[in-house]
Amino acid sequence: MTPETQAPETQAAEQARPPKIAFMATCLVDLMRPSVGFAAVKLLEDAGCDVRVPQGQTCCGQPAWNSGDRANAKRLARRTIEAFEDYDAVVLPSGSCAATIIKDYPEMFSAGDRWRARAEKLAAKTFEITAFLADVLPDAKVAAEAPAGVGKVTYHDSCSGLRSLGIKDQPRALLGRVKGVEVSEMVESEVCCGFGGTFCVKYPEISERMVADKARNAEESGAELLLAGDLGCLMNMAGRLTREGRPVKARHVVEVLAGMTDGPAIGEGSK
Amino acid sequence: MTHQPTTPQFKANSRAAIADGGLQEQMTKALGNSMAKRAYASGALPEFDQLRDAARDLKNHTLAHLDLYLEAYESKVQADGGQVHWAETAEDAREIILNICRSVDATSVNKGKSMISEEIGLNDFLEEKGIAPVETDLGEYIIQLRKETPSHIIGPAIHVTVPQVREAFRTHHPHLPIDRDLEGLDKLLLEARAELRAKYFEAEVGITGANMLIAETGQSVIVTNEGNGDLSQSLPKVHIVIASIEKVVPTLEDASTVLRVLGRSATGQEMSVYTTFSAGPRREEDPDGPEEYHVVLLDNGRSAMVGTEFQEMLRCIRCGACMNHCPVYRSVGGHAYGWVYPGPMGAVLTPSLIGLKQGGQLPNASTFCGRCEEVCPMRIPLPKMMRHWREREFERQLTPAGTRRGLRFWASAAARPGVYRAGARLAAWGLRLLSSGGRVKRLPLAGAWTDVRDFPAPEGGTFMDRYRPDADGKRGAKR
Repeated sequence: MTPETQAPETQAAEQARPPKIAFMATCLVDLMRPSVGFAAVKLLEDAGCDVRVPQGQTCCGQPAWNSGDRANAKRLARRTIEAFEDYDAVVLPSGSCAATIIKDYPEMFSAGDRWRARAEKLAAKTFEITAFLADVLPDAKVAAEAPAGVGKVTYHDSCSGLRSLGIKDQPRALLGRVKGVEVSEMVESEVCCGFGGTFCVKYPEISERMVADKARNAEESGAELLLAGDLGCLMNMAGRLTREGRPVKARHVVEVLAGMTDGPAIGEGSK
Repeated sequence: MTHQPTTPQFKANSRAAIADGGLQEQMTKALGNSMAKRAYASGALPEFDQLRDAARDLKNHTLAHLDLYLEAYESKVQADGGQVHWAETAEDAREIILNICRSVDATSVNKGKSMISEEIGLNDFLEEKGIAPVETDLGEYIIQLRKETPSHIIGPAIHVTVPQVREAFRTHHPHLPIDRDLEGLDKLLLEARAELRAKYFEAEVGITGANMLIAETGQSVIVTNEGNGDLSQSLPKVHIVIASIEKVVPTLEDASTVLRVLGRSATGQEMSVYTTFSAGPRREEDPDGPEEYHVVLLDNGRSAMVGTEFQEMLRCIRCGACMNHCPVYRSVGGHAYGWVYPGPMGAVLTPSLIGLKQGGQLPNASTFCGRCEEVCPMRIPLPKMMRHWREREFERQLTPAGTRRGLRFWASAAARPGVYRAGARLAAWGLRLLSSGGRVKRLPLAGAWTDVRDFPAPEGGTFMDRYRPDADGKRGAKR
């Protein structure tokens, strides 16, 4: 319904009700770094969203889809669709998981399949968090000032977010609103870090070659903190940075945007 | 130089390539140049993306009527006095070419650069039959001296450093003074030129590939930067064009559309230095040209791709942009791929041409980063097609048993939130137990991760356990 055709009272009611946003933590955030989930929820709530975390969520099914296991990918897609389709929008702190729902779910089901329409409907209201905050909620509030110890940062553009969803300016624009944060671009910020899901363990030597370049580029940017929007890439990059003993720390971008950087960076012990 | 594929050993090949410091340096430098040039050339043409759409559409149209356009092309070639030979397999193509060579008692053939020639293993075959093939493209000439295969589809010697070229020339040009000055690229170039000049006049047969075949005019088109293709095809008595069937385009206008994206994507040139059209043998009024004109049209598995999820691969115009931008290709070089076609286009095409059992490693060796698709002038969805190969592997149970078991186990858990939560809780706890200082240095069963990087330890507690959503998804009371 366009606003013109809506009855005035419905319109008013719609405006009064905050959007009901389902948050999908993603399996990596759930397991590895719950603080990313809490930071994302805070950003959404600060923007006036009624945030819900559906209990039925597990994993979007991307590992199965990318491994050629279509049956299991569809099985998990159906579960995810059921768990999330009743909300106004679905937001994830991951470009690659969001891209799975947005780009791959509709492709999993053939045109005649009744799940196809449901997949398309879900895809149309699913967003990666920085894109949602920057494009859909222009009044989104981010931390007014850089948290203690955060100054010069560099941003790695994770491949799926960048090339499947066109996420490039949004995280930078949001970071630009945080006083005291300076984004210092590294060379080849758009080149893959070598994670690639199962790729990094199927082809560890190639993955190493790629992530070593990334670690060097991150440090040479002069930044103290490497940010990105996907925990898979971040674990890979952080793991390499600590292995090489480089001083650059790694965090998910929402941690800085929400001002929640009290805990240790990825792969760092508590002090 | 034939291609007994080493694709099944892709992992070992790539390990060796990564350990080769000289190769690493060379690839990084060469591909950096290629990317910068393409970025500049494509950015300088406002309608570049529209041209890509047009090129994609015209190829889609051609593939939908492939038989029609191939027959039209054949009729035009015949009308101009040329002959068209249909080769279903590599072996057929080799035999056809051998027979043509023997019909004129050829002892040597000049060759313009041709990937189809590599695909059918032509050089080794001709040598076995006592006919000397002479590669006239500089890159091909260098690797022929070094007894190597191309490592890139348009820069066959991209992996070779300048000192290595110098060494190859000193070894293989023994008639020249051993202490001659070969410092400077111009000296190397002039020496190669002088060596090749003489050979142009000796060969009875010239063989070239084709970037396109034009149905409307019966012409074949080659693009080169050295002019070697022109000499290879116009000096000998016999000119043989070898091309695969998907090279056909309907009209001259279409060819021009493809040329406008080809040069920019490949080398960042608006046009390559030479764009040569050939059609039929020499006519009476022509000042020169071959007496005989043959076209060998190779199928070798391509027609079987039509109508499958791999049909779009037949749009490929062999510009090499996908490999220039591929971080995996940059890491391992072209030879690691183990057959004729490397990089993303090779990862999709190779299993089609040599089978999934042989070529299955290649579509797996990708992070799906998507840069190849981003730069492909024909908008071929390369990652998607690599994924299709993984699906075929999975269906045929070619995926390693451990991976299959792991996926099944994980998917069963993920389909049951209660079970999944318990598993995640256990994993988070276990990983923390193995960690010290926020990371795991050595992870049992996941050495492939911890051999090359630390495994960051989980923060502790899962998100779902800590958030404790109620049935409405609202946050539960803090414990």
